Amino acid sequence: MAVDRSHIRNFCIVAHIDHGKSTLADRMIEMTNTLTEREMQAQVLDNMDLERERGITIKSQAVRLIYTAKDGQEYILNLIDTPGHVDFNYEVSRSLAACDGAILIVDAAQGIEAQTLANVYLALDHDLEVLPVINKVDLPSADPERVATEIEDVIGLVAEDAPRISAKTGLNVDEVLEQVITRLPAPTGDENAPLQALIFDSLYDAYKGVIVFCRIKEGRIRPGDKVKMMATGASFDVVEVGYFGAGQFLPCDELSAGMVGYMTASIKNVRDTRVGDTITQVANPCAQPLPGYKKVNPMVYCGLYPADGAKYPDLRDALEKLQLNDAALQFEPETSVALGFGFRCGFLGLLHLDVIQERLEREYDLDLVTTAPGVVYRVHKTDGTMIELTNPSNLPDPSEIEYMEEPMVDAEIMVTSDYIGAIMDLCQERRGEYVSLEYIEEGRALVKYILPLNEIIYDFFDALKSRSRGYASFDYEIRGYQQSKLVKLDILINKETVDALSFIVFEGTAYERARKMCEKLKDNIPRHLFEVPIQAAVGSKIIARETVRAMRKDVLAKCYGGDISRKRKLLEKQKEGKKRMRQVGNVEIPQEAFMSVLKLDDDK
Amino acid sequence: MFSSLMMINNMQNTNVDPREIELYIHIPFCVKKCDYCDFLSGPYDEQIQKEYTMSLCQEIIWQSRRVFGRVTSVYIGGGTPSWLPVKLMEKIMDTLRAHFDLDPLAEVTIEANPGTVTGEAANIYRSIGINRISLGLQSAHDDELKLLGRIHTYDRFLRTYEILRQAGFENVNVDLMTGLPGQTPGKLIESIRRVSALRPEHISCYALIIEEGTPFYSRYRADDIRQKNGQPTMELPNEDQAYELMKRAQQEIISHGYEQYEISNYAKQGKVCRHNIGYWTRKTYVGMGIGAASLIAPECLVPKPEGEETGGMGLEYRISNTRYIYDYIDDASHLMAIDPQADAADVPIYDSVQRITRKGAMEEFMFLGLRQIRGVSREDFYQAFGKEIDSVYHNALEELKQEGLLEAREGRIYLTEQGLDLSNYALSKFLL
Repeated sequence: MAVDRSHIRNFCIVAHIDHGKSTLADRMIEMTNTLTEREMQAQVLDNMDLERERGITIKSQAVRLIYTAKDGQEYILNLIDTPGHVDFNYEVSRSLAACDGAILIVDAAQGIEAQTLANVYLALDHDLEVLPVINKVDLPSADPERVATEIEDVIGLVAEDAPRISAKTGLNVDEVLEQVITRLPAPTGDENAPLQALIFDSLYDAYKGVIVFCRIKEGRIRPGDKVKMMATGASFDVVEVGYFGAGQFLPCDELSAGMVGYMTASIKNVRDTRVGDTITQVANPCAQPLPGYKKVNPMVYCGLYPADGAKYPDLRDALEKLQLNDAALQFEPETSVALGFGFRCGFLGLLHLDVIQERLEREYDLDLVTTAPGVVYRVHKTDGTMIELTNPSNLPDPSEIEYMEEPMVDAEIMVTSDYIGAIMDLCQERRGEYVSLEYIEEGRALVKYILPLNEIIYDFFDALKSRSRGYASFDYEIRGYQQSKLVKLDILINKETVDALSFIVFEGTAYERARKMCEKLKDNIPRHLFEVPIQAAVGSKIIARETVRAMRKDVLAKCYGGDISRKRKLLEKQKEGKKRMRQVGNVEIPQEAFMSVLKLDDDK
Repeated sequence: MFSSLMMINNMQNTNVDPREIELYIHIPFCVKKCDYCDFLSGPYDEQIQKEYTMSLCQEIIWQSRRVFGRVTSVYIGGGTPSWLPVKLMEKIMDTLRAHFDLDPLAEVTIEANPGTVTGEAANIYRSIGINRISLGLQSAHDDELKLLGRIHTYDRFLRTYEILRQAGFENVNVDLMTGLPGQTPGKLIESIRRVSALRPEHISCYALIIEEGTPFYSRYRADDIRQKNGQPTMELPNEDQAYELMKRAQQEIISHGYEQYEISNYAKQGKVCRHNIGYWTRKTYVGMGIGAASLIAPECLVPKPEGEETGGMGLEYRISNTRYIYDYIDDASHLMAIDPQADAADVPIYDSVQRITRKGAMEEFMFLGLRQIRGVSREDFYQAFGKEIDSVYHNALEELKQEGLLEAREGRIYLTEQGLDLSNYALSKFLL
């Protein structure tokens, strides 16, 4: 099957969150009859349950469209959908590497937003041709001409003939398809050169093993070929190659330079296929691997432990599988005296953490205990070296620390005017530095603050929601590091430090936080036969204390008329409760206690 | 008080004779439900009481054909059995005597509420073989009685007590409660002093428990949680006060010459409630009436289930009857048509039937037996299960010993005073 490269377009759609990427993708799929209407389900590309529920795209998805253009010719359009949220920027970056062009969607009402820019710069970094599209022109507040000017002024792209569309109604979407052909370049490459294919994604299938998503830059690949992963050195016999239907894999005879598709090779070990790696032929290898991706650095860390210690290997397997197509997820084994074996995991942000945790629980049926999330602190030591601290337990002795830095974010909060005061109070409490307040339109304002990342990773979202009655939306971008007075807060239960509860905190809020932690723990630690002191300490100084009093009376009710069933149930409940406890010294701590300290701001 | 532990040797051996059984009769009627009560009872009219009695008699007859053994105790509980018209009570006892092998020395108890027993009734009770009365007094203070929603005053209790003594009852129990809202140690001690001055043979003293579904639950639930968490309470005593009330009551009752033989029960020498001891030592008992519970050893069934090892413990049936009075009356009318040897699953009045495993029997042996002050005997455990107790419970026993909640001496294992205070915690360790 020889396909003329000039009839292929590999492109993606980039946009700020909520500007309509997935909807446009759906329309394009529909209009090219890739799916019959019956198969069409809103937002075909968001095929994870979680994505549909939250209305966000987490994973990149690819689909191949056949489009008959106005010149009467058939074109193959490989569309790669990308997530919009900043936490998933790395996904965008990976998709871009597989493309030659990008559609940039800008909301006709909101105009250019933070991530519009971020994504455009990413696309330009990858030398992609960018095709601007102005969406949501059907909204009453739409002002496409203003937005077109904005695109020209701010980004410097010609937006004069940018299609004015409504992805929702389908208005002018055909124009987008046409411009993809006319304005985006066809792929280059030589199909007779040695194979050079970039792995941009992969997923694990129970029958086929790892399914590798790749963009063929040079050469060709066929079933039966012996191929090698250049970074890992692993080699495999190709079993199947093919391209992406909507929501399905369609096998074909070969993939050649310029094409986007997948291959399988009975790959059992997820670690053998690294996203960003280059595939080549064993017999006729290419000289150099492709550049791959910029390594992404996690910003938020926390410990994940299986609630049932025996599930540790399951958790490891699950994390490995998730990491397979989520290069930004990092994890390494750690042990906690209190929680046993688990992993310290790094995430790009809170949403990422949330999504991973939820996928582990839903898709892998794991019951998790999470420790307080922390950010990456920079510890400058007196000997002139600097360490990046991801686990509070590794903080050097204070005498060795010259100073510490913490990451700051530029935060944007969109809120109805009634709650501006409440939101500003909240930001103030979280050590925010006021930047600006703009009224976007009647009754809606954009509040900008510089906030320390560690202040927003605990319960900021929840606090934001409750204080604005759900009327605030929040986004942030990492701004950089700033020197700060930070201390490590340790929690001692019955005089023993519980490592899993230690965390780094701003000195000025340490007391408040310590007090709340102790109160929460007191409510969640059952009474023992002896008094259990709960203390919070900075260094050797105790700054808060609560006591769980000793249990003195715990007597079963009357055994009435020989009916012992209730008595047995009571005893069983007591015993069952004990099973789920973690032992620290001679104190038993329920899992709920570890989780309770993650939400300190609620209902008090 | 624990030094006196071994002096309780006038009690029968706990070794259970499988040919001895106990009967429990449930009378689910009362004048008015008390505000803290979650037992199966309610005020029903006389017509229903009659119909129920007829059904009960049918069950008695049918059970007498199914379960065999010498009846060493009968307990008629409620509700307020003394509120049942005396004629009906006579009918029940006559039926029971006619069909079961009732030991002439059997302990036959009826629960009575002060104010529901006349002199005439007391004499009839005596004549039909009832020889023990359990009086639900709860408190000797009228304000506390009112708070509990009791129908009687302390004065009514005194008169009832006198009537019973005059009728010749020589074995009387009085129930008392600790931990009432607003109860002070002084008031509690006074209740106990007033009662013990009457020299009843037996005193039961329970801590108030706030049960779901009762008026007390809606009134004191929040306070109950505060009490359990050791926080300050509004009306109920706080945790320390509740504990103090419990301990003061214990000391006071003992100081009047009673011996504590179980967590909540005290008796003059030789006057322990044999029926209750049967529950704690896993004797076979047949519960009849709605919601009644039974424990039946296979040895007491004829024919014994085939191909099963007998002797020792385990494989008993734990059964509860239906809790619905109309279902019961309906089902009981078909009972006579059921083969007494039918599989328990096919008996219409049974609501749940469970076969105890060997493991389950061991657990019960421990968590029921250890409610008794004298605890359990190593020998009895060996006899029942053919295993040394330590081979099964070594860890639990050692842990509890270390925590000072349990002691082992002279072949017996028993909870310490602190162990009894924390019995819920201690006993849960015996679940395997």
